[in-house]
Order: sequence, then C-alpha cells, then structure tokens
Amino acid sequence: MRSASKSNRRPIAGAADLRSLALQAALVLGIVALAWFLIDTTLANLRARGITTGFAFLFRPINMPIAHSWLEFVPGIHTYARALLIGILNTLTVSFIVIVAATVAGTLIGIARLSPNWLLARVCGAYVEMIRNVPVLLQLVFWYQMLLQLPSPRNAITVVEGLYISNRGIRYPTLIEAQGGGLALGAFALGCAVLVALVYLRNRFGSERLKSRSFLPAGVLLLAIGPAAVLYLSGTRISPDVPELRGFNFVGGSSLAPELSALVIGLSIYASAFVAEIVRAGILGVPKGQWEAAESLGLSRVKTLRKIVLPQALRIIVPPLTSEYLGITKNSSLAVAVGYPDLVAIVNTMISDTGQAVEGIAIIMAAFLTISLAVSALMNWYNRSVALVTR
Amino acid sequence: MTSLSNIAGGPAVTEAGDEVVMRPPTERGPLAWTRRNLFSSWTSGITTGVMVTVLVWIGYRFLDWAVLRAIWTLPGSSIADTQLCRAETAGACWALIHEKYRFILFGLYPYAEQWRPTICIAAFIGLYVVSVDRRLWGWKIAAVWLAGLTAIFILMRGGVFGLRPVSEDLWGGLPVTLMLATFGIALAFPLAILVALGRASETNPTVRTLCTLYVEIIRGIPLISVLFMASVMFPLFLPEGLTVSKLLRAQLGIVIFVAAYLSETIRGGLQAVPSGQYEAAKSLGLGYWRMTALVIMPQALTIVLPPIVSLCIAFFKHTSLVMIIGIFDLLNAAKRSIGEPAWQGFGAEAYIFVAAIYFAFCFAMSRYGQRLEKRLKRSR
Amino acid sequence: MKHSTLLGICTLAASMLAASSAFAQDASPASSRTLETVKSRGTLICGVIGTSPGFSLPDSQGVMRGIDADQCRAVAAATLGDAEKVQWVLLAPQQRFTALQSGEVDVLFANVTWTMTRESQLGLQFPSIYYYDGQAFMVKKALGVNSALELDGASICMLTGGTSELTVQEYFSANNMTYTPVVLSEGEEARAAFLADRCDVYTIDSSSLAGFKASQGEAGEDFVILPERMTAEPLGGVVRKGDERWFDIVRWTHYTLVNAEILGIESGNVESFMDSEDPRIRRFLGMEGELGATLGLSNDFSKTVISQVGNFGEVWARNVVGVDRGYNNVWTKGGLQYAPPFR
Repeated sequence: MRSASKSNRRPIAGAADLRSLALQAALVLGIVALAWFLIDTTLANLRARGITTGFAFLFRPINMPIAHSWLEFVPGIHTYARALLIGILNTLTVSFIVIVAATVAGTLIGIARLSPNWLLARVCGAYVEMIRNVPVLLQLVFWYQMLLQLPSPRNAITVVEGLYISNRGIRYPTLIEAQGGGLALGAFALGCAVLVALVYLRNRFGSERLKSRSFLPAGVLLLAIGPAAVLYLSGTRISPDVPELRGFNFVGGSSLAPELSALVIGLSIYASAFVAEIVRAGILGVPKGQWEAAESLGLSRVKTLRKIVLPQALRIIVPPLTSEYLGITKNSSLAVAVGYPDLVAIVNTMISDTGQAVEGIAIIMAAFLTISLAVSALMNWYNRSVALVTR
Repeated sequence: MTSLSNIAGGPAVTEAGDEVVMRPPTERGPLAWTRRNLFSSWTSGITTGVMVTVLVWIGYRFLDWAVLRAIWTLPGSSIADTQLCRAETAGACWALIHEKYRFILFGLYPYAEQWRPTICIAAFIGLYVVSVDRRLWGWKIAAVWLAGLTAIFILMRGGVFGLRPVSEDLWGGLPVTLMLATFGIALAFPLAILVALGRASETNPTVRTLCTLYVEIIRGIPLISVLFMASVMFPLFLPEGLTVSKLLRAQLGIVIFVAAYLSETIRGGLQAVPSGQYEAAKSLGLGYWRMTALVIMPQALTIVLPPIVSLCIAFFKHTSLVMIIGIFDLLNAAKRSIGEPAWQGFGAEAYIFVAAIYFAFCFAMSRYGQRLEKRLKRSR
Repeated sequence: MKHSTLLGICTLAASMLAASSAFAQDASPASSRTLETVKSRGTLICGVIGTSPGFSLPDSQGVMRGIDADQCRAVAAATLGDAEKVQWVLLAPQQRFTALQSGEVDVLFANVTWTMTRESQLGLQFPSIYYYDGQAFMVKKALGVNSALELDGASICMLTGGTSELTVQEYFSANNMTYTPVVLSEGEEARAAFLADRCDVYTIDSSSLAGFKASQGEAGEDFVILPERMTAEPLGGVVRKGDERWFDIVRWTHYTLVNAEILGIESGNVESFMDSEDPRIRRFLGMEGELGATLGLSNDFSKTVISQVGNFGEVWARNVVGVDRGYNNVWTKGGLQYAPPFR
C-alpha cells in the first residue's frame, strides 16, 4: 500500500527522487568519512602505542594451557589458530548440549505447568519465575560453587566400579581402539547419514502406511550393528580404559570437568525456563476444540498431547524457539566466568597476550555471526517442514 | 516419567489464569479441592507425595542453613572475628551483609555522600512506578523521564548546587545497574525507532541496507563482545588525548546493543498496524513524519509493549555482564565484598543477597508485563 | 512541520552529544605537563586493579585500601599536599596499559610486574619497585608435598589474564612434568576451588597466597606455600614515557617512604624531628635546601607524605597480612628496599 502512495505523488516524483538520491549519497559519503576517520585514528593510535596489526600472530605458537579440548593441544608448539579452533569447537559443544538439554527439560516443565495437579503446576511456575528473573551470570557462578561442594577424588562417589563423581568431575571408562582408529567412528557417521536420508525419503515419497511406522528399531540396528560389523571385519580390537585413583587424581578413562558441567547445568536451567514458557504458550495456542475432539475419540491425555496438540503447537513454538537457541549460543560466551575455555575466553587471553584487540574482537564477531546464521538457517528449514500446508 | 499422564493434562490450571476450563459443579470445600487438584488419580497422588517430600527436604535444609544456624552479626570485622563464621556448625554468615551492604549497594561512592545514590535508587523506582500510569503515556511521560534522568545524573555526578563532584569512576552498585539498564533502554529508544523506520523504508535502499546490516550484525554477536569492544577497542578510535570514562563506554555499548533488539520489536509493531491506518493518514494529507509520529508509531508501540517489557527484563539482567570488563555494578560489588581476607569464602551469602535484589526488580517487571498483555488482549 | 520534526531530532541528538561530552574529559597530553595537569585539576587520577587484597581493594565503606592505594596517596600528598585527593580508576589487567597510554590515568599502581618489553615496546616506564614478589605454589599439608618438583600430575588452579598461566607452563615443561590446568578468571573462584579440593595446587604471587592463608585462620595452618619461586615479580609504579619530571616525582615519592623508615621517621613522630640537628634529616624534611623545588614540588613534600601516609613500614603493616617482609624490608634490616641519598 505504500507503493500506492508513490503513484499518488507522481507529479513531484522527480524532485522527490532527486532529493532521496541526494540524501542517500550524502549518507554514504558520511559513513565513508566516519569509517575513514575511525580507521585512520585507530591506525595512528596503534602505531603510537607500538601495537602490531594483522593476523600474523595466528601462526605463532602459544604457550597457554587449555583446560578442555577435543583436539590435541601442546602449549608452546601449537599455534594461536589451533587454540581458536579449539575455542570454537568448545563453544559449539556447549551450545549443542545446552540446546538439547534445555529443549527436553523446558518441554517437560512447560507441559507440567499445565498439569491438573495443582502442586506440580505451581512448583513449575515458581521454578520458571525464579530462574527467569535472576541474571544467568550469577546462576553460573552459583552452580560452579555448588559443584565444588561435591566430595574430593579420595572420597569420590562410586556410582558403579569405574564411574566416579567428585568435584574434579565425572570420571568414566572409555574404550580405546587398539588399531584401525577412526573406522568405527566413520561407520557410525555413515549410519547416521543413511538414517537421515531414509527418514527424509520416507517423509517425502513414502505411503501413509509407511509414514506411520516407527523407524526406531531400524535406526538402532543401523547405528549399532554397522560400526560393530566394521570393527569386526577390519580386525580392530578394543580394550576398556577404566579410571583408577593414582597419585593426586584419577588416571585413565575420560572425564567431564566441573567447569563444563557448571556451564552446561547453569545455561540449561536458565534456558529451560524460557523454553517452558514458549512451550506453554504454544500448547495454549492450540484451540480447545482439539482437546475436546480427541477426548471424544477416546484418546488418553498423553496420546492427545503427543499426537494431536504438540504437533500443532510446534508451529507456534518454532519461531520463538529459534531465537532462544540463538540466545543460548550467545550465552555460552559467559564460559569465561566459570573457567571453561570457549572461544571468548581464549580470545580474551590472546588479547592480553598480544595486545591485538581489534583482530581478537573481529574473530569473535565473525565466528558468532557464522554460528548464528547457521542456526537460523537450520531452524528456518525446520520451521518450513512443520508449517501448516494449506491446500 | 512416573506420571506422564498426569503431567500431560489439558489447559486446566494456568498460572495467569487466562484460560479456565469449565468443569461441572462438584462438591466444594477444602477436602474436595484437595482430592480434585492433588489426588485426582494415583499418578497424581504419587506426584504430590514426591513433590511434598522433596520440597520439605529442600526447605528444611535451606532454613537450617539460612536461619537456624545462621550468624547475623559479629563483634568486629577482623580475621579473628570472622573465624566464628568458619566454624563447622555455622550456617549462613549474614554478618557479611550486615558489614558490607552499603558497599554492595553503592560500591566506591564516597561513604558520606551515599544519601545521593540512595535518592537516585528511589528516583529510578519512582520513574518505573509513574510509567505504569496509563494516563501519563505520551509526551508527558517522555518529559517526566527526561527530567528524572537528568536529575539523577546531576545528583550522582554533583559539581553543581553545592554538591561535591563525584567522578563516574567511583559510581558503583545498584545505581550503576539501574543506570546501565534504564539509560540503556531510554537512549536506545529514539535510535531504535529511527532504525526500525529505516529498515521499513521502501524509498531509501541505502538506509534500509545500513539499518539491516546494523541490526543483523549486532543480534548475531554476544553482548560480551560488544562490551569488550567498548572497553579495549573504543579507546583506539579516539584521537590522542581524548578519553571517555569506562562506564560511559560500557553504557554506549549497551545502548548500541539494546537498540538493535528494540528496533526489531518496534518493526514488528509497525508491521502489525493495519494498512488501512497508513491509507487513512495519507488521505488526510499527512506527510511521512507526521503520519509516523501521530498515527502509526503510537499504535505500533502499544502493540509491542509486552515484548518491550520482556526486553527490559532481559537487559536489566544482562547489565551484570559489565562485571567481566571490570565495572562495579551490583554483581561485581558483591564479588568484591568477599575479597578482603577476613571475608573470603562467603560467596553464597553475597550472591543470594544480590540475587534477591535482581529478582525483586525483574519479577515486578514481569508481573507488570503479564498484566499489560492481558489488558491488551481484552481491549482487542 | 516536517522540518520542525527533523529539527527536534537534531536537537535531541545534539543534547545527547552534549550530555556525553560532559563525560569526555580532555586528558593531559603525553608531554611533560602531567604535574601541571594534576595541579590544575586538583586531583591525582590513579589507576589501580581494585580487586586485589593487600594491594588495592575497597573496604566496607568503599575506601580503597592496600599498598598500591597508599602509593597513590603518597604521590597525591607530594604533589597536591593532600593524600585524599586521589581519584581512583579501576582497571582490569588487560585494560591497565591502554588506560595509561591514552592519558586516562596519571600513574598506574596496578600489580604491574616490571618487564623489559613493557618498557621497550609499550612506551611505559617504571620509576620504582615497591614490592618484590614471585609466583609460588600452595598445597594442602595432607598431600605431603615439600617441593614443587613433586607436583607431577597435579591439577592446578590459576588465574587468566596475567602471566601466571604462561609461567606454570614454562616451569612444568622445563622440569618435564605434566599437570591439569584449571584456569579461572577471578580470585574468588580460584580460592573457592582450592578450598574445595577442586585442584591440588593454587598458584599466584606469593603475597596473595600468604594473605589467603592468613585469612583462613586455624584452617590456614593446613596449607603450605612451597619454597620455590618460579618467577621474580618486581611490582612497580608505571608512568608514560616522555615526562621525565613526572617520572622523578613518582620515583622520589617512593624513596621518601623508604628513607623515612630508614631514618625512623613515622607519621606519629614526624613533628618531633622538626627541631633535629641532623643535616640529613633537615634536608630530607625540607628545613634546609631546595630539594622539593628541584622536582617542582614544595620543599616540605616529604614531611607531608610522611605525616599523611606514614613511612614504608607503616604502609606495609597497615595493608599486608601474614607475609614475612623478607626482601621487602629496608636494606638496613637486610632487605632490598634502598633509598639513594636525598641531597
């Protein structure tokens, strides 16, 4: 309708266009001038303070220890670039775990808030209010303090032999591949890919009967038997690596550090309160008639919820959930407060080491923009797939 | 998973009470209520039992620590005195709060002048309360805010009317948190409106592109990176010899950050205004700015008030991130209060104290937001 | 009308600018005018960490306490005649040099270790060493460890942002040992983690370790600070290069504190020295000669500093908990603190 207004103004359109053009030109000029001024001053300041510029430092070795990493990292040998990569992986790890945990917990709490059991609904309501109204940074610090209260390694809680919980983290046994490393992992990844493709094909082309059948057993088969078969055929043998208390600490196995746990628990609990509200609003947004219709068909409450209400609520839920997921990704940058080496924490050390703040912040911004765009794209794709198809 | 059937109820009880499923009139009285709402089925009964047990256990443990075994005051504040709080039998050491509450609330602000930030806190709360009154909405409220914020700024900074000047490097505690949040939203508002209009502009692609870029970039990065930028990168932008205090730099970073989110919310409101309103305004012969100011914007802002309140809550909490760049806000002051050797290790007490303050402000805002939403729904 | 709205927006923008310029202060240029700026401003802007017990940390009333803080007070007393005319600027470790370089602060007393590159590359200068420190390890007695060389395999709590991470790394790789780092951003978290046995070892400057140990009262008896010092950390005041006079003032203010302790002059008894016959004391306190004037200060600046802040020993006793003075004693008592002659 605003394009209609253009045609109303047709008689003086030439002048208006000219003015708008001049305005835009002036704006662009202004922005360029401002940018030039800022860059010029910044460069002058950097020169005056003897701070080097450029990304050459990325390929210098760094002598900083990193507490948690998926890749091998030897201080003094590996470079800043590798440290940054580890930081990005750690950020992604935390974001992923928190997104899954918060979605599951949030959905349950959101549903429980609508429970006919008065006490349950009230307790969940209080939980949501309490969590939502306290800064997440404060909660992270709180959870870290809580996890530190666990017993020390010498008095660790033994869940079963080989699985220990202490304030040094959860120590669990792992499997070591004696040879043929990576084959099983590859087979697992392949299985996942095949599974996703099959589900997609079924949803796209399968008959109604096929669509209603669960893929779960076939999926488990693919994911478990595939790698096992590959392992057996390739002659790989695995041996367990069970942790035991030796010297200062547990040795062997693998562990989940309390810094990571505190971050994951804190962020998940914080996000779950918001997810719960989104889910609740989504369920309330489904017309009451749907409940009544399902009830008259003789469906139980659980069935009604799973088969009738939640699928419809999803359409309302997905858009706000997307921005919540983006929020989780960004909140993971608070890791620095509990000593988990995410991207921001590593860049922070890098800045104080090299003094190259501009480059460091540019790296953070680029990484987070990429992650945000990827999450948005993924969620938009999902949103389209659950959207109401109007025929 | 014990009681999924019980969890998965219909929309029977809702916190806000905005949806009530009609039930046939049954027996009344507390016993019947209990049976209906707590023991309607055996799963419901088990749930109730488990919850009561857990609540009682947690409640008792907390009460025991926070009240029964708590230490409220100490004879002094030396290391020897605080050993009382470190005894095995000691619970919460509220003596820390007794000793440090003024430091946590006001930070480094000169002790003798602390009546000034106290008044400022009251003024902030006053501003919030006044804003709830719908009769004042419009230019009046803008005037009240402008006057209020100016007065707060002058009172904090001093240097006029015989007030001792206090550099903003010494401001701290709750006033700083309130200030970062309130000035953040208030200063972001005009910017956000302009950006929202710019992004909706159809005649000016340059402005639209710039506004879109700004909003999308800011929304894609964490606040902490904006704060880093404000604290370490911003000084490099300024010519030699010109410095801007750290608090102002952080404030600027927060304004830039908030404005991006706010402008998206406002843009949503602009889109929700029916197109008939635009056409009607044009047919009255109103130009773009008058149409926007008199017809479109008031409607758009009314529609998006509830999400704006949510934004306020979110940013009120987010101001606590300035701790990471070393500004003495409420959370940082609490942290520093346990820095002295005598008081090291009483983190829980300090954190609970400030958590309660944050909660009070956010909860009030959230309740107000819910009320607003309900009223808005009714008026439609 | 359109124009008036635009005008309104412009006015708003202008008033916001005006408000913000109230914050922006024209700082002193990095020339030899720091003293003039300080005098005309009437306050000394001193950069401190503000979160470091014993060095600079606000007390319950928001008053800055610690050795760093008292060094600032001493400079304010020397230049302005009033130790209370200090304006504190709190700086996180990664911000402190930028703040000094950009002129946001006049002088920095912020736990800064004197290193070569900080002088050769950052355009900074260290007029004085007011604290000889060194990074050390603390463990619990129950571990039965007596030397840092027995720490192979330990998990170590340390702080990020300074050099302590790098120091630990260098020490362990030089001695062919491994460790698990627990890198935290705040002292509060690191101390809590050590107390809770999250890590076997806590490492930071020995002064902070000693303060922490003392704070724990009887429980602190269970902690041992291992004898090895991995680094020498001479902590100094910092000024910008290019203002030699200002450098001299900060340097000789520190020597004033040290000299007063050597001569036995304290804040309480300084008046009784005013009728002293000793020419050293008469020169030092400004009753004879023009020593202060050569720095651009009043001749009795030493007396002002001592009466308002005290001597170095008093500053130490007031602020440092549980640390043996050792190297930090004056040279007449076997330490490294030495004052060149005031003549």
